[in-house]
Amino acid sequence: MGEELGRAVSDPDLESLGLKEEGLRDLFRMMALTRRADLEATALQRQGELAVYPPLAGQEAAQVGSAYALEESDWIFPSYRELGAAVVRGVDLVEYLHFYRATWHGGTYDATAHRFGYVSVPVGSQILHAVGYAMGAKLDGASLCTLAYFGDGATSEGDFHEGCNFAAVFHAPVIFFCQNNQWAISVPVSAQTVAPIWRKADAYGFPGVQVDGNDVLAVYQATREAAARARDEGIPTLIEAVTYRMGPHSTADDASRYRPASELETWKARDPIDRYRERLVRAGVADDGFFAEVEQEAGAFAARLRAGVIASEPRPVEEMFAWVFAELPEHLRRQRQEVLGD
Amino acid sequence: MTEVTMVKALNEALRDSLRDDARTLVLGEDIGKLGGVFRVTDGLQEAFGTDRVFDTPLAEAAIAGVSLGLALAGWHPVAEMQFDGFSYPALDQVISHIAKYRYRSRGRQSAPLVIRIPFAGGVGAAEHHSESPEAYYAHTAGLKVVVPSTPLDAYDLLRASIADPDPVIFFEPKSRYWSKEHGDLGANGDPLPIGKARVARRGTDWLRVRSRLLRRPRRTAPRSRSSTSGRSCRWTSTRSPRRSARPDGPSSCTKPR
Ligand SMILES: Cc1ncc(C[n+]2csc(CCOP(=O)(O)OP(=O)(O)O)c2C)c(N)n1
Ligand SMILES: [Mg+2]
Repeated sequence: MGEELGRAVSDPDLESLGLKEEGLRDLFRMMALTRRADLEATALQRQGELAVYPPLAGQEAAQVGSAYALEESDWIFPSYRELGAAVVRGVDLVEYLHFYRATWHGGTYDATAHRFGYVSVPVGSQILHAVGYAMGAKLDGASLCTLAYFGDGATSEGDFHEGCNFAAVFHAPVIFFCQNNQWAISVPVSAQTVAPIWRKADAYGFPGVQVDGNDVLAVYQATREAAARARDEGIPTLIEAVTYRMGPHSTADDASRYRPASELETWKARDPIDRYRERLVRAGVADDGFFAEVEQEAGAFAARLRAGVIASEPRPVEEMFAWVFAELPEHLRRQRQEVLGD
Repeated sequence: MTEVTMVKALNEALRDSLRDDARTLVLGEDIGKLGGVFRVTDGLQEAFGTDRVFDTPLAEAAIAGVSLGLALAGWHPVAEMQFDGFSYPALDQVISHIAKYRYRSRGRQSAPLVIRIPFAGGVGAAEHHSESPEAYYAHTAGLKVVVPSTPLDAYDLLRASIADPDPVIFFEPKSRYWSKEHGDLGANGDPLPIGKARVARRGTDWLRVRSRLLRRPRRTAPRSRSSTSGRSCRWTSTRSPRRSARPDGPSSCTKPR
C-alpha cells in the first residue's frame, strides 16, 4: 500500500472528522461486534446450523466506517458479505442469517425499517437497484443518497458499468462502494482488471476515490464526503476501499488452493480492529476498561445470535405461497391445496 | 365510435395512466422525442415532461434493474424493451429480482412495474425482430404475462397492467400494431381482468383456444368449415399465458367469460 494507494485517503485528522469521542468509540464497538458475530456465524456453519456463510473478517473497517457515515434515511443495497453494515443498521442478525440457514430468501428482516436491502447474491445486480432508488428519491425531491456495496470481482459485471453510467447521466445520488478485498473467490484482482478500480470513475464522469479500507476513520471520511456530494449536488462517487478478506470466500471454499499463507500474514499485521484500537489509545479516547466492556458485550451479542439461529425453525410451508403475488392466483391456490390438503 | 389502431390504443393507455397516476413513469430507449421505434410513446414526453417520460442510455439490464429501484422508491415504471430479441440482457434482473421481490420481502415490498416488449413474427422482420419469448416469462413465478390481441383489449390490459400491484410483462404483437378496431377506448366499464381469457367469438359445439390472436379472426377463423359442418365454434384468446398445469392441454387458461 502506501504509494500504490494513489489518491488514497488514510489516517485523517481526528478533528477533521466531526465525530465526538462517543462516536469514535461507537465505531470500535461495532467493528468488535461484527468480528465476533462473523466468527460465530462461521462456527455455526461448521456445526451444521447454517447452510453456508461468507466470512467478512478483515473488512470490518470498510463496512462499519462506510455504513456509519450515512444518515439513517440513506439506503444501503448490500451484496452477500455485508453483515458488518447490517450491524450498523441495527438489523437483527438472526433474521439476517435466515438467508444463510437457507430458511428464507433474502433474510426475514424488514428492509424498509432499516433502509438496508435484502441480501443479493447475483454479483453486482444490486447496484442497479441502488441507482433506481436514488433516481426515484431525487424525483421526489428527497434529500437522501443510496450506497451500493460490491466487490472487486463485481466491477467486471455489466450491471456495475450500466449502473455507474445511469447514475452519471441522471445525476443520481449514489455511492458505489467497492470493497477490493483482493480476491473474487480464487481470482486475484490482478487477473480481474488492469486499470485501478477507483480510476474507472473517470470513464463515467464522476469522482473516484481510493481509500485505505482497513482504516475505519479514512473510510468514514471518504464516505461522508461522497454522501454530501450525492445529496447536495447529485454527483455519484466510486469509492474503492482497499482491504483484505482474511477468511475463505465462503465456508464452502478452500483458500489454501489458490493463495499463499504468507499473504494472510501480511494482512493480519494490518488487522483493522487492532489498528483502530491503537489509534484510540494513542488519542486517549478509550482505555482498557472500555475494551473489556466491549469484549463482554460482543460475547453476549454472539451468544444471543447463536441461540437465536439454533432456535429458528424452517418457515411454515404455506409461506411458500403467501407472497408470490399480491393475490393468490387460481393455479397457486390449487397447488397450495395439494400441498396443505385443506 | 371511432376506429383505433393498437398502437394508438397503447399510446392512449399510457397517456391516461400518466394522467391519472402521478407516480407512473415511462422509460426506455428512444421513447422520448422519437416516440419509440413503433411510435407507441408518441407525444408522451411532450405532454408529461422529461421527468416522467425519459430516454435511458442503451442498456437493457439497467432499464429493468433501475425500474425495480424506482418501484422500491414508490414509483410505477413502465419500461419499454425496444425489440423482443434485445430483451434478454434484462432477463437476469427480471428473474432474479423483479419476480422475487414481493416473496423475498415477505410482502413488505413489491415491484409494481410493467415491462413492455414488442414481439412475435408475421411482419417479415429479420433475426432478433421476430421472436416469441413469452414462455421464458410464463415459467417464472412472480410474473404476470399479458398478450393483447385487439386494440380495445390492448388498452384495457395495459391500464390494468399498470394498475396491477405485481410486475407484468406486457407483450405487444407487432403484426397487430396497425390493426384497427371500432370502439371507444376505456368505454367498457367492466373490462376483463388480467388472467381471464377473452371470448372472441361465441359458439356452442367446440372450443378453439389460442394463446394469442395475432391475426384478425376474420382472416383466420375457419368460418366456412364451421358453417358447412353446421357446427358452431367458440374462439377464445387466453391473453395471459401461464405455465401449463397439465402437460396434455391448455389447462392453464381459466374459463373464458
Ligand atoms: C452473476 C454471478 N456470477 C457468479 C456468482 C458466483 N460468485 C459468488 S461471489 C463470487 C465472487 C465475487 O467476488 P467479489 O465481487 O470480489 O466479491 P467478494 O466475494 O470478494 O466479496 C462469485 C464468482 C454469482 N454469485 N453471481
Ligand atoms: Mg473480492
